[in-house]
Amino acid sequence: MTDNRRDLLLFAGLGVLFAIIFYTQGTAYSLRVTVEALCYAMIAFGLSLQWGTAGLFNVGIMGFIAAGAFASLFVTFPVNQAFWDSEGPAMLGDVLVKVAIGAAAVFAASRSGKIGLPKPLVTFLTLVTLAVAYLVVSASLDPTARYIEREAGFVGGLGLPVYFGWAAAGIVAGAIAWVVGKICLGLRSDYLAIATLGIAQIIKTFLKNADWLTRGTQTVSPLPWPVPGAAEVGFTAARASYLVLTAVMLVIVYMLLQRVYHAPWGRMMRAIRDNEDAASAMGKDVTKRRLEIFVFGCVLMGIGGATLIHFNTIFDPNGFVDLNHTFLIWVMVILGGPGNNRGAIFGALLVYVIWTMSEPVTLVIFDYIRTIGRDMFGWQAPADLNSRALAMRVFVIGLTITMVLRFAPKGVIPERLSRKA
Amino acid sequence: MNELVFFINKGILAGAIIGSIYALGAIGVTLIFGILRFAHFAHGDMMTLGAFIAYVLAAALAAAGFAGPLPIAMMVLPIVMILTAGISIGIDRTFYQPLRRSGAKGIVLVMASIGVTLMLQGLIRLFAGPSSRELYFNEPKDIFRIEVPGANQMITVTEPQLALFIVTLISVIALHYFLSRSRLGKAMRAVSDNPSLAQVTGISIETVVRATWIIGGGLAALAGTMLALDVSLKPDLSFNILLPIFAATIVGGIGQPYGAIAGGFVVGYAETLAVFNWSVLLRPIARWTDNAFEVPASLAIVPTDYKLMVPFVLLILILIYRPTGIFKGRVL
Amino acid sequence: MSLLEIRNLHAGYGQMTILKGIDMTLEAGEIGVIVGPNGAGKSTTLKAIFGMLNITEGSIHFDGHDITGISPEKLAAHKIAMVPQEHNVFATLTVHENLEMGAYTRRDDYSRVMDEVYEIFPPLKDKRRQAAGELSGGQRQMVAFGRALMIEPKLILLDEPTAGLSPMYMSEIFDRVIAINKLGVTVAMVEQNAKQALAIAHKGFVLANGQNSYTDTGRALLDNPEVAKSFLGG
Repeated sequence: MTDNRRDLLLFAGLGVLFAIIFYTQGTAYSLRVTVEALCYAMIAFGLSLQWGTAGLFNVGIMGFIAAGAFASLFVTFPVNQAFWDSEGPAMLGDVLVKVAIGAAAVFAASRSGKIGLPKPLVTFLTLVTLAVAYLVVSASLDPTARYIEREAGFVGGLGLPVYFGWAAAGIVAGAIAWVVGKICLGLRSDYLAIATLGIAQIIKTFLKNADWLTRGTQTVSPLPWPVPGAAEVGFTAARASYLVLTAVMLVIVYMLLQRVYHAPWGRMMRAIRDNEDAASAMGKDVTKRRLEIFVFGCVLMGIGGATLIHFNTIFDPNGFVDLNHTFLIWVMVILGGPGNNRGAIFGALLVYVIWTMSEPVTLVIFDYIRTIGRDMFGWQAPADLNSRALAMRVFVIGLTITMVLRFAPKGVIPERLSRKA
Repeated sequence: MNELVFFINKGILAGAIIGSIYALGAIGVTLIFGILRFAHFAHGDMMTLGAFIAYVLAAALAAAGFAGPLPIAMMVLPIVMILTAGISIGIDRTFYQPLRRSGAKGIVLVMASIGVTLMLQGLIRLFAGPSSRELYFNEPKDIFRIEVPGANQMITVTEPQLALFIVTLISVIALHYFLSRSRLGKAMRAVSDNPSLAQVTGISIETVVRATWIIGGGLAALAGTMLALDVSLKPDLSFNILLPIFAATIVGGIGQPYGAIAGGFVVGYAETLAVFNWSVLLRPIARWTDNAFEVPASLAIVPTDYKLMVPFVLLILILIYRPTGIFKGRVL
Repeated sequence: MSLLEIRNLHAGYGQMTILKGIDMTLEAGEIGVIVGPNGAGKSTTLKAIFGMLNITEGSIHFDGHDITGISPEKLAAHKIAMVPQEHNVFATLTVHENLEMGAYTRRDDYSRVMDEVYEIFPPLKDKRRQAAGELSGGQRQMVAFGRALMIEPKLILLDEPTAGLSPMYMSEIFDRVIAINKLGVTVAMVEQNAKQALAIAHKGFVLANGQNSYTDTGRALLDNPEVAKSFLGG
């Protein structure tokens, strides 16, 4: 009861903070911040589930956000007729067939132990098949990519409704998570950290360079909205309806997570997290449970990423950065209280607001420093002081992480272990 | 013959250069992994920090009109290494030791090292700005050319590259003697092997931890400075250099310094040869066979933009097929 | 004054108390054997002496010094050595390096002790350049003993030295324990094979539920029908 009251107080404080922002910054801007914060909360749910519930260390959140965002872009962006009228689809189909054959061959090779081949030979066969498949696919993808870029610009989308796109975002992010998790979850969490960091950089590199698919750095816009846009109902109404939509989604996910959390499955996950020895004694089953959690968490990240990117209506691969899309979310979750969904929401809203406000505030502070330095010490500030000033925010994020880990490892709204169990 | 020279320059030498850098970084990561038992995510920025300290010192000395037989940044290296080692110990005391003492899990230390890396990134960019810088001040970058009979191109090695090979070799030999002969070096191996027994035996874990940071920090500073001398000082190296170093560590086997060296070169060569344009070597073969086949203009296994995929794929393959790495390290 | 004096020791892991009042004294030159059923707190007692547990009550005195709750790495200075039950060698270090690590805290010339160890355990001399992890179980146990002897301990704590060894080795291990004791080293040993262990013990401690049940000479405990009935399997 007192816990609930404390939470209520914290959320009331947050409400006051938002009220102040609405009052001082104007409705349209504040709506934008709120919608974005809710999208981040969705992503934070994913991380809270992975880290808080199962102790899974994901530092590649950016990759899953970007993958989800791209999936949604591909499904919902209007059809590019120039592409479909060209040789592109046929050539691409050819590549896809080769990918499928290659994947099947690699899979078959990796299972060739079943017909009695010795293990080193199986490994060798698998690796050779993998290399050959890679070379064949990349050899046929290259001209296809160049052709598509020349003839049609890029592949375009499928022109489907936005909800399909968001579903696809979850599916794609989940599929990638499944592959990564399958490889790393049997090992200690450090490996998962390294692997997710790597996969995120690679997803970003791919989205940035695969111009035929994503237009690369030329960016794609405008992405469609699931609710009436500003042109139809006006700025405020459009953003407000987007806000309602994200809020509803968030509430649904929250209720779902709460149920999962209190179900036997959730209890088991916490037991595994808190006692690694018992976990390893349970063996394979644990790895499977962890994989489920990891995939589910990444699905949420993918969906969150898609809602975020659609709201901003522009897909820019360079816009995905580790700081904003991985570490900021970590701060939200560990500050809010890992393993507690209310904590995740609270952390996401609070940290996102502080984060957005910190940019102008930092610039103002450094402007003062510049003026004072010049007037009092004759200091000539470097021309790129503004971009340097923003580096301070990186520092603050890092400092927050280390300080929270040391002084408040359970966050503002700590996990509550139900004694009933 | 020209093609062969090209291959030596762009394949063999280039691989050795980046391999040395990775090896120097990976030694530190593997020692920290073995002794402190966590993946040190701040290693990439520690390298940048070292290079940045070298830059500041060299710039100050250059401004004071100091000159010597070698580039200033190279001559200040010992000081840079000591300073970086000291900072590493300071970071450990402030951020990692309290967590260790409170019995936090290894993964919490990983998270803390990410916090540290962000702090370093922020500070470096605040003071250095986002642009890249040259570590050569007043002196020219010497280039050594070796003529190859029958070729009109020459094998070229620049001064910092040659210096890199020399310092890598010295570091590896020194490390070998330290670990196999000295009391503290053996104690480090003992702690890495069996920390609880080491404690029972009376080995002071904190001393060993300090030695680990000195070696790790010093070598990181060395690698960072040499890389900056060879190319330029880039403040945003961080995760792009971290991933291949982790790959080298795991390929070599966690806790295995010799493995880290081997892993560094494996990753360095894999990366270099994967982006190498193999058509260069095919062209002469095509000429001998009267152009029996057509040689494409560019035949790299991996496009340069996707270079980062190479260490990642290596990492994944080693995790699937041999998680202990080539030198039978520990699986954590 | 006794060499080792444990008074009313309460200790455990974190919040969990396992030892609920242990008393134990050993005179210099004795072999003390701790026996009892599983979970009685035998190994825990050794670990408590070695500063690896949370001591909530009671005291441990050694050779006139209070060593209650001292950190394990400081015990070498008091000349107390311990051979843990498992993972008791540095597997990737050579036999020789294992012995050197045993002498880590020594700053004087210990080559004489090293020679003595090789004399007590002749097989180690031939394998000194081999990694300890490559040796057989019995030889690994010798390395572990040898490592502990390097500080020339006054007291050596042995945690189930015969665990996991074949019966053939078992008596060999007990012979070694006697040999070590003959060097003037006091031994405190936890053993599963109670009968054989008590047979070589000057003093025996039977523990149950974290408390002393019986304390007597080894011989007397073996002859005590109640002890025999409840702890020695008849």
